Formats: sequence, structure tokens, C-alpha cells
Amino acid sequence: MQTLREIPCGRTVTVSKVTGTGALRRRIMDMGITKGTQIFIRKVAPLGDPLEISVRGYALSLRKADAELISVQ
Amino acid sequence: MSIKIALAGNPNSGKTTLFNALTGSNQFVGNWPGVTVEKKEGRLKNHRDVMIADLPGIYSLSPYTLEEVVARNYLTTEKPDAILNIVDGTNLERNLYLTTQLTELGIPMVVAVNMMDVVQKSGDKIFIDRLSKELGCPVVEISALKGTGVAEAAEQAVRLARAGVPMVPQHSFSGSVEHAIAHIEEAAHGKVEGGRQRWFAVKLFERDAKVREQLGLPEPLLAHIEEDIQSCEAEMDDDAESIITNERYLYIASIIRDCCSKKSQGKLSLSDRIDRVVTNRFLALPIFAAVMFVVYYVSVSTVGAWVTDWTNDVLFGEIIPPAIESFLVSVGTAGWLQSLILDGIVAGVGAVLGFVPMMLVLFAFLAFLEACGYMARIAFIMDRIFRKFGLSGKSFIPMLIGTGCGVPGIMASRTIENDRDRKMTIITTTFIPCGAKLPIIALIAGALFGGAWWVAPSAYFVGIAAIVTSGILLKKTRLFAGDPAPFVMELPAYHWPTVSNVLRSMWERGWSFIRKAGTIILLSTVFIWFTSNFGVVDGRLGMVEDLGDGFLSVIGSAIAPLFAPLGWGSWQASVAAITGLVAKENVVGTFGVLYGFTQVAEDGAEYWGTLAASFTPLAAYSFLVFNLLCAPCFAAIGAIRREMNSAGWTFIAIGYQTAFAYAVSLCIYQLGSLFTGGGFGIGTVAAILLAAVFLYLLLRPYQEESVPAPRSSVRARA
Repeated sequence: MQTLREIPCGRTVTVSKVTGTGALRRRIMDMGITKGTQIFIRKVAPLGDPLEISVRGYALSLRKADAELISVQ
Repeated sequence: MSIKIALAGNPNSGKTTLFNALTGSNQFVGNWPGVTVEKKEGRLKNHRDVMIADLPGIYSLSPYTLEEVVARNYLTTEKPDAILNIVDGTNLERNLYLTTQLTELGIPMVVAVNMMDVVQKSGDKIFIDRLSKELGCPVVEISALKGTGVAEAAEQAVRLARAGVPMVPQHSFSGSVEHAIAHIEEAAHGKVEGGRQRWFAVKLFERDAKVREQLGLPEPLLAHIEEDIQSCEAEMDDDAESIITNERYLYIASIIRDCCSKKSQGKLSLSDRIDRVVTNRFLALPIFAAVMFVVYYVSVSTVGAWVTDWTNDVLFGEIIPPAIESFLVSVGTAGWLQSLILDGIVAGVGAVLGFVPMMLVLFAFLAFLEACGYMARIAFIMDRIFRKFGLSGKSFIPMLIGTGCGVPGIMASRTIENDRDRKMTIITTTFIPCGAKLPIIALIAGALFGGAWWVAPSAYFVGIAAIVTSGILLKKTRLFAGDPAPFVMELPAYHWPTVSNVLRSMWERGWSFIRKAGTIILLSTVFIWFTSNFGVVDGRLGMVEDLGDGFLSVIGSAIAPLFAPLGWGSWQASVAAITGLVAKENVVGTFGVLYGFTQVAEDGAEYWGTLAASFTPLAAYSFLVFNLLCAPCFAAIGAIRREMNSAGWTFIAIGYQTAFAYAVSLCIYQLGSLFTGGGFGIGTVAAILLAAVFLYLLLRPYQEESVPAPRSSVRARA
């Protein structure tokens, strides 16, 4: 099982689980990152963090630390 | 009968544009009770009896963010007669997520699909009729930018509100979830009002703490509900919150399949192509620097400075005061009243208005950057640096502007959505030396350090160090403790903002500064005027010729001992520091007056000798640092009051800044004296203790103790 953090740019992966608790986890799910969603990793910010991903047809940015909560296949 | 319609939608869905199109200039801007979230209301054009409330832009009705809670409370307690839900047609999937939650509230609803012009241009199709059928409410195609369909959407909402037909949610979750929800509805029957049983049932299923508290259900009932939830969780092998979110998105996916046909899949949109350059690995930072340079150059160095200088020097220097003076003389006003009006009130009003032109120029830029979508990219690019200090990537702009003037700098913090990041930014922005502090730096550098090159850069270094250490230190205090703000942020598609939206946003912010900050600035200017011009001479209260006889010098002498440990316990220095609160450059002029010079240059070169005789270099540097870091000028305090929207937080900000300045100056002076052979005393002990406490606060681990619920993931991250 890999987390989104470990996926290199340019790959498309499928979400298998969102871990964590509380506001952060809910926020991630509210933004459309749920089980079975396809995520395309677009790029990493110039300073190395955060990430930019495409999900459900729009662009979303999230920190690598938060990306660790998203298990993907 | 008057009708209330709530305008709800995601951020970046064109909600503000729609609100402006619906209400025109009939708007009232305020704050939601008790929070710093902006509240806007307005009357619908051509319908005097219809009020439209613009809810904060939200992605969900979860109980976590301030904006979401505000929107939820409004929808469930104020009970608007209808909801106008705006969704972005180019991003239907995520936008409908909020829609599915809104339908459950049982309030009559109209969905307005915005940006239809863009959708059509890209060749995609949205079958409005089918969407309307699926959602169970009227759906209208609009383009808020072009104004098409806007009136129709509003008419529909008014019609529904008048008819009062409650919204019935059409979607159903999968079998076992529905089963559990039906059980909960049954269990809570009679406890919740009709029409919104489903909303409460779903929220109870999600274990929404706020709804539980609101309903106050008895313990056995809650335990019963908990059983239902747990059996469903076991069956679905997931937790309740995820189950609901998943089910919603699955339902939306089925709607999208039926109601949309996508043509442009796989093709890079214009926005993607812009982002390829703008957030590019190598180009992002240079482009960012260039944009910031333009913003700074225009709003602080050139256009902003010209208009502000004109307002200060010409309008409130050569035009208004002489005109009022000649009027006052012609009607034979008493001398003290003339002085009050001219030096107190007019000068105070001038101080408020003097900042406005510069601010308006800056606000126009900010409105443009926000509306076009670049502001979100700034946060994306700068986040890495700033989040270490408890700040947001967007804190860069307030700090940059703060090097010119702290007042617009503080006002620029409005662009930061997260409450905690914004407060932290407001508290720390004025640590950066602003334009008005430069004369103080020049004075100290010239008088005591022979104009040494390092004094000015060291002032900026002290400012930056103050921001960084304050960020780290405050982040760990109770005030700012809790979950770190999730940085899960949409990067909206770029689009060209309309001139009217930019101008409107610029004016709203400028006006709120005048209204909210103006009072504080005016009152404090009048106070300083009174205490510096009045005093007790020969046992009689009256106006004094010499600042040294006024009440201010009495106050200065009284508090001077406080500053003795910092190395500058003379009453002149205290008075200068106080007058610095009116405007920082006044420090230089005040010394001039107190040392008996009527006219001094901007850097006070005339009395450098006198100053050098009464200060040691170390004391002077401590004085400089104190004045750089302590409470900013009244105008900035007014701006802080405006942006904090709370007297308590304003005091916290000012108190922290002053205490921090005092501590740093004390350490500089006392430890400096120790190392330069000044001997060891009580002050030294105090300074060493203070430095130790400071280091402890800075280095102690980040604690999450004050968070009520265990948040293991968060702690692991911190």
C-alpha cells in the first residue's frame, strides 16, 4: 500500500482509503478525494511542497504531510 | 411580506459576481455575529421586499470551518425562505456535493448553473431538464459575468419562496445507509421540526458534534442511534463520515453520467497552460517576484505614494487647514478651539484619509489578484516557507506591503481565509519596519553610529526575526493551539475579472477602513493633542506653549522609570515613544521640540550632538528596537481593530507587540552592557531569565494539549 506522497509526478492513481481524523480528513473527503477516485499528480510546488493534483476535473493543492493520509493504488 | 433568499455556493463559483448582479448597489456589508467572517446582504433589484443574504463560500456543510458553521447556522436557525445555489458548470462534480447537502435542509431551492458560456464554448453539454429532474428542483442556466439568466434565476427563487413548497431531496444512499438513517429519523421523531428530519438524521449519522449539542437528545436515544451507526459501519467497513461522503459522490457521478456530455476530455485547458508557466518549477519564483514588484512599485512607491503624499501634504497641508483656519479666525474662535479643530481633529481626519488613496490602489491590485486566481497560486508557491511560522503563504503580501506602510499591510491580510493564519499575520505584520520608521532609523544611525551602514539592514533583520520567532512562539500558545489549518486548497481556473467587481471590492475594503479604523485614529489623535497642548502651569489648567509643560510630559516622566532598564529612562525618550504612536516619524520631531529646536530635518540632524550626549550607543539601539517593534501607530492599531473585529484580540495584539518589544530591548541593553563590561545587576539577571524563558518558549515541543478530542494524526504531523 502506497500513500499519495510517494507517487511521482505525472502518474494517475486510485484512492483506496483516506486515513486520519477530524477536520483534516473531512476536508480531504469533502474536496472529492474518496474511495475509488482517480487522482493525477500534476506537479510539486517550486519549493518542494505542496503538491498539485487533478481530481474530479479540477486542480487541488495539498501538503505532502496531508497527502500521506491518502492511501492509493 | 418580505422574503429572505440565501445565496449559497462554492468559493470561486462566481457567487460574488452573481450577488453583485442581483443586488446592484443595494448592499450592506458587515460581519456575522461574533466572527470575522464577512456578511453581505442586499435587496434584490426591482424587488424591494426581497433580501438576499450572501453566505460565505463553502465546499460542504461540515462542522469544522468557521465559514461552514456560519452558513449552517444561518440556514438552520434563520430559516431563509429559499436557497439560490450557484454551481460552477465547468466543475459540476465537486460543486454538486454542496448541493446534495443543501437539498436535505428542506428549504425551497433553485440551482443556478454558472459559467454556461464557458461550458458551451468548450463543447460540453449539460442537460438542464434532466438535471432538474434528478435534483428535484428548478435549474437555471446563467452566466453571472455576462448577466444572462440571472434575473430568471432570481424570479424562480422568489416564486418558490412565495409558494413555500419545501424541497424534498431526491437522492437515496445505498440500502444499509438508508436503513440506518430511517431508524435514526424514527428515533428522533418529534425531537426535530418537520421538513428537515433528513438533514438531522444524516448529521446524527455522521456523529456531527454541533448537531448533537443543538438537539440535546437524551443519552439512551443517542446510545440507540449509535448502535444503528455502528452496525452500518460494520457492514460497509468504513466510518460513518466517509460512508456519507462516498455515497454523495457516487450519487453525483450517476447524475453527471445522465446529464452531461464531455467533449474536451484530455485536452489542456487555457488555465492549465497558464499554470504550466506560472507555477513552473523554475519560472514560478521569478514570476512571483515580478508580480510582487509591480504591486509594490505601483501601490507603495509610485502611484500610491503620490496620492498619499498629495493628500497629506497638499490637501491636509496646504488646502484644508488654511481654509479652516481663516474661517475660524474670521468668526473669532478661541485659540484653544482653533488648535483642537486644526491640530487635533483635522490632523486626525487627515491621518485617516491620508492612507486611503494608497490603500485603494493596493486593494484594486489585491482584488484583481484574488479574482483572476493568482492569489491561490501565491499561497501554493509560498506555503512551504510561511507555514513553519504558523503563517499562510498569503502572508507574504501583507508583510511586503508592510515595508511601505503597515496600515494597508494589515488590511491586506483580509485575503487569508484561515482565521488563525490571519490573526497571526495581523499581529506580526507591523514588526517589519515601515516607511515611517525609517526616519527613526536614520536618526539613531546618524546620531550615535556615525551613519554606520549596518544599522538599517539590522532593523529589517530584527523585524524579520521578530516575525519568525513570534510565529513559532505564538503557534505553541493556547491562543493558537488546536488543529493546524488543513491546506487543502482549490487552485481555481484563471479568468479575467470584471472592472466593476474589482472596483467594488476595492471600495468596500477602503470604506470599511474609514468607518471602523477611523474612530480609533481620530480619538487617539485628539487625546495626544490634548495631553501635549494642555498642562498645569502655576497651579492653573491651561494651554501650554512648551511641550515640556504639558500633561504628556507628566505621563512621560511617570512611565520613564519603566524604560530605565532598557537604558533610556529619560522623560524625553518616553514622550517621544508615545508621540510615535500618532505616527512613527513623530519620534524624530518630538526629540527636536524637547531639545529646543523648532525646525528639524527628517532625520533630526540638528540635535544629533545633544542626543549622542544623552544616550549610549547601546541604549540608543535598544530605543530603536523598542520603537520598531512596539505597538504601531494609531492608524495601524485602528486597522488591527478593523481586521480582528474584536476589542479583545486588538488588545492581545497590541499587548503582545509591546511586551515583545520590551523584552527584546531589555535583553539587548542588559546583555549588551554585560558583554561590554557594564557590570552585573538585577537587570542582567532579569534579562538572562527572560532570554531563557524566551528560548524555552521557542524550542519547547509543539503541544496539542488544549485540543479536547484526541487527534493522533495531527499530533504525528506536528
